[in-house]
Amino acid sequence: MLVLGIETSTAQSSVCLGTQRGLVASARVCAGPRHGEFTATAVRFCLDQASLQIGDVHGVAVSLGPGLYTGMRVGIATAQALAHARRLPVVGLASLDLLAFRARHVRRLICSVLDARRGELFWAFYRGAPGGVQRVSEFRVGRPDKLAGEIEAMGDDVLAIGDGAIEHRALLESTGSCVGSWSTAHPDADALVELSLPRFIREDTQRPEELVPIYLRKADARIGWRQRGALRGGTAPSAARVRAGDDHGP
Amino acid sequence: MLVLGIETSCDETAAALVEDGERVRANVIGSQVEHHRPYGGVVPEIAARAHLDLMLPVLDRALVEGGCTYDDVDAVAVTVGPGLVGALLVGVAAAKSLSLAHGLPLIGVNHLEGHVCAAQLEYGPLEPPLIALIVSGGHTSIVLLDPSGRFSTLGATIDDAAGEAYDKIARFLGLPYPGGPEIDRLAAAGDPAAIAFPRAILRDGYDFSLSGLKTAVVRELRRREAAGLPLHPPDVAASFQEAIVDVQVHKTVAAAEAHDVGQVLIVGGVAANTRLRRRMADACADRGIRLLAPHPGLCTDNAAMIAAAGWNRLVAGERTALDVAVDPNLPLEGLALGGAAAARRRGDDPP
Ligand SMILES: [Zn+2]
Repeated sequence: MLVLGIETSTAQSSVCLGTQRGLVASARVCAGPRHGEFTATAVRFCLDQASLQIGDVHGVAVSLGPGLYTGMRVGIATAQALAHARRLPVVGLASLDLLAFRARHVRRLICSVLDARRGELFWAFYRGAPGGVQRVSEFRVGRPDKLAGEIEAMGDDVLAIGDGAIEHRALLESTGSCVGSWSTAHPDADALVELSLPRFIREDTQRPEELVPIYLRKADARIGWRQRGALRGGTAPSAARVRAGDDHGP
Repeated sequence: MLVLGIETSCDETAAALVEDGERVRANVIGSQVEHHRPYGGVVPEIAARAHLDLMLPVLDRALVEGGCTYDDVDAVAVTVGPGLVGALLVGVAAAKSLSLAHGLPLIGVNHLEGHVCAAQLEYGPLEPPLIALIVSGGHTSIVLLDPSGRFSTLGATIDDAAGEAYDKIARFLGLPYPGGPEIDRLAAAGDPAAIAFPRAILRDGYDFSLSGLKTAVVRELRRREAAGLPLHPPDVAASFQEAIVDVQVHKTVAAAEAHDVGQVLIVGGVAANTRLRRRMADACADRGIRLLAPHPGLCTDNAAMIAAAGWNRLVAGERTALDVAVDPNLPLEGLALGGAAAARRRGDDPP
């Protein structure tokens, strides 16, 4: 069974093809928020490199976030339309779950921490379990000191991983936690395919329209008068300013 | 040839199926007006979220209305800019997937080019030259499509778009969002000459400035309130609308005469304004100019216009790469109409 995985919810984007026997092809880039340019091209690349056709794909797995909103939406829109057009089943998984899966062999309590922009973080706690990890908290969003407080309250040895953990290394280490390195800083599509395969096999799947992003925050309700400037045809803000503005989202 | 169009540049999630660039088989618009109404304007993050929620239902509906499946589609056209980044990304990601899923050519379309191409859905192939007035909640510009089929922007708003001005004045009059249709309705019962609001006609060239008018309306409302004078909202609406329409008609007709162009096209959501349509029709008739005023359903943001523009490019042999980026500031300047470009390539038309 060939599964296509799409993970674009952080600054790293990755796409891969895998089966029960392992990884078939993968593409990954970590050069800023270029999810929109990367994703479809990466699917094409993986298929071509493995000499496969889109018709060979049996299911699409996608990360639902939390993470960078525009990236999440690119991944989900890509997966949804592909599944819709090919009538394929889908499985959506949380980015924080994928991140924790990478640390499943450690004995410590695992804390997945991703950058949420605006000075905030997304996080959740996990324990190793047979075949993977088990989440032992809700998904949370908040300031770094709130996370540090939660870690201290846990009273357990914690391994904090993810780009958000690296960003706030000093603070987290001051709580006695270990902080993971950059090779485990982002959720990726390999874990997504490995984790979703059993669900495709037992047909515990979803329809594409059932995929719902995990935002964890209400939409920023500022009216985009300035962002709309470009549409007016006249004095438009520069592309850089518009993109930067968009990135505050996250 | 059947082109599937997708449009998500602002606050409408739209998909359409158009045959040979002219015959609309399906034109579905998933409106987000209710999402934005509490805020009195388009909120980018809310628009992006709603586009993702609406994309598949809108695509499904278009296929049902068009009585076809993806197997019948020959190409996918999508708006790549200008517009809101987060909104554009959803439609472009979906379009790329459909292209991948069925090996269909992908055609990236400029949203404003799309507005102009809406005319071919009602009047058949565009015959340049023409002057287009593109007016909506997002845009206010006068565009020239020259005899060789090349676009240039002659003028644009330097502050508010026409639709924004309508929205803001509507809010002052206690009318719901979006304000354009509300003011149009209210103005029908008012006297357009009741209050002499300023016309920014004396500005150089074809640019528009609407903030002065907006300020004048607000000042007038406050003055009357302070003096205890009766306020007759229909008169305010009619006088405000007349001031906007005056400037739009004057500048559009002036542009047509200055460039010796015999056709004027009005498109965009505000082109559905009944006063603008009547006044523009009169002004064009007086000068022997042909007025193209597509049905209001083709004037507002829709995907049929994107499919029409995409078809022009498809038959011209143009294709867009799968890694195309959305561009919130995509310029119209210098862009050539697909069909005209093809004609030039064939040597039918001098360059
Ligand atoms: Zn528009």
